[in-house]
Amino acid sequence: MPLIAKLLVQRIALGLLLLFLVSGLIFAGTMILPGDVAQSILGQSATPEALANLRAELGLNEPAMQRYFNWLGGILTGDLGTALTSGTDIAESIGKRLSNTLFLAFWAAIIAVPLAIFLGLLAVRFKDRWPDKMISAVTLASISIPEFLIGYVLMYLIAVKLRWFPSVAMINDGMSLGDKLSAIALPVAVLTLVVLAHMMRMTRAAILNVMQSAYIETAELKGLNGFQVIFRHAFPNAIAPIVNVVMLNLAYLVVGVVVIEVVFVYPGMGQYLVDHVSKRDVPVVQACGLIFAAVYIGLNMVADIVAILSNPRLRHPK
Amino acid sequence: MKNIPISALIGLFFTALYFLMAIFAPLIAPYGMAEVVGDVWEPSRIEIMLGIAPDGFTESQYWLGTDNIGRDLLSRMIYGGRTTIFIATMATVVSFTLGSVLGFFAAVTGGWVDQSLSRFVDLVMSIPTLIFALVVLSVTPVTVPMLIIVMGLLDSTRVYRLARAVAVDIEVMDYVEAARLRGEGTSWIIFREILPNALSPLVAEMGLRFIFMVLFVSTLSFLGLGVQPPEADWGGIVKENKDGIVYGIPAALVPAFAIATLAISVNLVADWVLNRTTSLKGGRG
Repeated sequence: MPLIAKLLVQRIALGLLLLFLVSGLIFAGTMILPGDVAQSILGQSATPEALANLRAELGLNEPAMQRYFNWLGGILTGDLGTALTSGTDIAESIGKRLSNTLFLAFWAAIIAVPLAIFLGLLAVRFKDRWPDKMISAVTLASISIPEFLIGYVLMYLIAVKLRWFPSVAMINDGMSLGDKLSAIALPVAVLTLVVLAHMMRMTRAAILNVMQSAYIETAELKGLNGFQVIFRHAFPNAIAPIVNVVMLNLAYLVVGVVVIEVVFVYPGMGQYLVDHVSKRDVPVVQACGLIFAAVYIGLNMVADIVAILSNPRLRHPK
Repeated sequence: MKNIPISALIGLFFTALYFLMAIFAPLIAPYGMAEVVGDVWEPSRIEIMLGIAPDGFTESQYWLGTDNIGRDLLSRMIYGGRTTIFIATMATVVSFTLGSVLGFFAAVTGGWVDQSLSRFVDLVMSIPTLIFALVVLSVTPVTVPMLIIVMGLLDSTRVYRLARAVAVDIEVMDYVEAARLRGEGTSWIIFREILPNALSPLVAEMGLRFIFMVLFVSTLSFLGLGVQPPEADWGGIVKENKDGIVYGIPAALVPAFAIATLAISVNLVADWVLNRTTSLKGGRG
């Protein structure tokens, strides 16, 4: 299969090129002001000595291109630099937090993906009847409220009023898996709710699209019932769009994590990023921004690859 | 205009209500925005009426209670709505002006201008908006004009895509060719030929972008990177009162109600505009 291999290589090369350009954009994003980064970090009242020290520390005395390639070269060899505020190694601080964040996102995805596909199928089966209408009303409501507010509403109802789960999600290495899961139950629930709405709407649209095909009508005419038609004929043909939907939403999940971690005081990447944005710790912000963007681009690339692999028409383009 | 569906009427009513409250905030608010009027987190009149207030409280002069340092929460909400709606509106204006003009320009000009603009927009959109905003806000001063510019610029990429897609369809129409043959310049074609015909899908999209902006600025303020205290705004009110949640004080949930009702009512209006557009234009939208 040389053609499909060529398509895949093209897509992966495009992803890598995109990642390279994005790193440039993130680097340029922190120089967007015409003034001096050191000045805006320290404020107007900074002494000239402090400014000079910070400039030297940030390497601002070198030209921008050289700084960018130094930074990029460091990242490629696993050196993310040191944090301005604490002087600690960024790669070390991020390592632990990244695995915490992925742990949270993993459990949210495990619950959200099957649930969203099942509810999407349900909405299609009972299209325009009350289950469909109720599902779309609930999804409309949940995408109209920002994530952090859903977080506090759940925290108020479940953690404070009902006392089922702790209101902050502190985890550490000494905890057993069960304890960890109980600690992250609420943030996982919020993330599930947030992506569930999007994923369900898109699953419903993807299957409805397939349902209009002629072979579905044939299946109905030969006497299959509603669920059989959906499972045996519509669902296999809707897998590519659904996988696409799932990947896009996992990418969305990675961003939603930032805010939810702050709400539940969870020791992950998101909180690390937000803390250091308010401290104006530029190297940390650049490193975190690049990692988030890389995960986002990576998941989008996987979505495209799955779409290429699962679609016979893309495998044999005319 | 006579047969507006009931859902759109409800949406229009509440949207108008929120905008009027924002405009006339100083006349409506019972107390000043930063005025300390009572104790910390006094229960609200609504809680007392519902019988869910803590024991020992039988009356309150504050409809929504007081906040974390004893300011009247209703006044904070009204002034906060003013800030939130103002920033969201201005950012929407920036993103629409820039996004649609550039999108039309790219569609009309075509060639390498179109290619380079579109590829650049693709590049910016491949970074999650919130992450990119955080990166930029880590070096810029967090002021209201700066917020408006950053949010507007980042969001204009989405408007650009829509505007370009709509304009590419219109650009091949006979009347555009007629204008070209007449010898009209690019700006005439953009503003007199394409803009009037692309207006309705753009207006429907505007509602959705406005909601996105409200959610975006609330999120930034909640993270402490948006509107700075003592200025009030809905995300900031959550941040100020979040510690009360653990003690069972629901003050931080009030903005949830406000944001959700505003978002849903604007959505209802946008849905109606979109439906009207698609039925008029034979499905194009």
